[in-house]
Amino acid sequence: MSLDKTMVQRVSQLARIEIAAAQLDNTAKELNNILDWIEQLNEVDTEGVEPLASVTGHALPQREDTVADGGYPEKVLKNAPDRQLEFFAVPKVVE
Amino acid sequence: MSDIVDLNLAELKKAIIDKDLSAKEATEAYLQAMERGAHLNCFISTTADKAIQMAKASDQRIESGNALPLDGIPIGVKDLFCTSGVLTTAGSKMLSNFVPEYESTVTEQLWRDGAVMLGKCNMDEFAMGSANTTSHFGSVENPWTARAEFERQLVPGGSSGGSAAAVSAGLALAATGSDTGGSIRQPASFCGIVGLKPSYGRCSRWGMVAFASSLDQAGPLTRTVQDAAILLTSMAGHDPKDSTSANVSVPNFELALTGDVKGMRVGVPKEYKLEGTPSEIEGLWEKGIEILKAAGASIVDVTLPHTKYALPTYYIIAPAEASSNLARYDGIRYGMRTEQEDLQDMYQKTRRDGFGEEVKRRILIGTYVLSAGYYDAYYLKAQRVRALIKQDFDEAFENVDVLLTPTAPSEAFAIDENDNDPIKMYLNDVFTVPASLAGLPAISIPGGLSNSGLPLGLQIIGKMFDEESVIKAGGVLEMATGSDMQAAGKE
Repeated sequence: MSLDKTMVQRVSQLARIEIAAAQLDNTAKELNNILDWIEQLNEVDTEGVEPLASVTGHALPQREDTVADGGYPEKVLKNAPDRQLEFFAVPKVVE
Repeated sequence: MSDIVDLNLAELKKAIIDKDLSAKEATEAYLQAMERGAHLNCFISTTADKAIQMAKASDQRIESGNALPLDGIPIGVKDLFCTSGVLTTAGSKMLSNFVPEYESTVTEQLWRDGAVMLGKCNMDEFAMGSANTTSHFGSVENPWTARAEFERQLVPGGSSGGSAAAVSAGLALAATGSDTGGSIRQPASFCGIVGLKPSYGRCSRWGMVAFASSLDQAGPLTRTVQDAAILLTSMAGHDPKDSTSANVSVPNFELALTGDVKGMRVGVPKEYKLEGTPSEIEGLWEKGIEILKAAGASIVDVTLPHTKYALPTYYIIAPAEASSNLARYDGIRYGMRTEQEDLQDMYQKTRRDGFGEEVKRRILIGTYVLSAGYYDAYYLKAQRVRALIKQDFDEAFENVDVLLTPTAPSEAFAIDENDNDPIKMYLNDVFTVPASLAGLPAISIPGGLSNSGLPLGLQIIGKMFDEESVIKAGGVLEMATGSDMQAAGKE
């Protein structure tokens, strides 16, 4: 599997990271170098092996779905680049 | 006392409790050392006022007979632990204005026990790097550049490079770090100090800027194994705020330092003998084997057949998790924003401007391997190989108590040396990544000096939640190698 320019553009859109058109080829080359190196995993026979997502084997704890924290909008908004009243502000989305 | 900064943690702790010197004097000595060592660029922020204030509080507690276990111990904090009211950047332009309103659990516990914060340590951006050259706040210089009289500046390793260099140079008595694929152990090796990565889940990840959540683990960087054990005892513990934090009891790790490894079974994995590894690394490993053998341990040859697949597995799993974790940097809730009329443009340009090259590369790789049509071939495949890597360790640990390996395949290299070749940079973690993927505790101990006079580390890997054996074996190694290193470490 090899990434072409179109695919890099698609991935950059999915990741919401703008890449200048002039840099797409170079980025594709860089990413392909890494992906080619990763390809060696295909040598490993993983037939019947369950994917491992957790190393501890501990079950995730569960709790009542109740409010345990909060009620301090000033703290929450403290680092916001832009705000209106007690809300985060974003560029206009709906006309 | 002109040599306050030469005392290790255990010694300073005693001196303060015995009132040979005050916590404030100790902190002031470090603040002065930090000024003298500012050219190393170990700190992104210095918190001198806070440090003095914390030290005074320690002195008051000691005066009133209520001393806490770490009272007056001045430490550096890797800049990815959120510290309330103190800039926390994770080495990134994206967070260059981020001042958390809350404290990470690990640092909270250190302050609970009386430790003093000197400042926030430089690091690779979002902990992605092995040389501390990806930081938005500049590279960190390894203090061994001067000690070994190198003409070119050497890297301290990464990603906890600022933490390691600060401890090595005597600018902090100890420091916190985080290890995802080797980010505590490899810089400890490069800087000639001790670095301990605990078992996954041992320390809470709450309030740590996330890189790869199934791998990230906090741990101490210190001058001695005993110091690491003391700090870990304060840092560890179950935390309901981190659902992966392990609900297991925390021993007093210092008590594991019995100096007795008689009968301990030490595994030597043959797959860690890599072609192209410098012979001095092999020689160091041999020396470690001899030390433990002479101390009464039995050496057992073991096999970890999937070792060579650990790095490529890691470079699917870690970027995949990173691409998901770093999606939160959207220019809306915190961090920087590149103002645009359109919301999508704002996202794309904020993330273009806020992230550095290595971080972008990993987000793109991660996004690709998780995207529709590639998920099974890359991500699930990597998780399956990860299962085999863990199984290798499980089988090896049926016959041994710990494993002994080198920490890194080389000594510290020059700043910019490996920057143009990501894969070459990734290979730095070839010996540390397997234990990370399996979630196992591991420590790097200064083992000796290379032919060019630079420190090299030895790694002890233990069973899940058996930091005690790791600390015990590490302590025995240190007893045999430590004195040479301490002498060499004096500038």
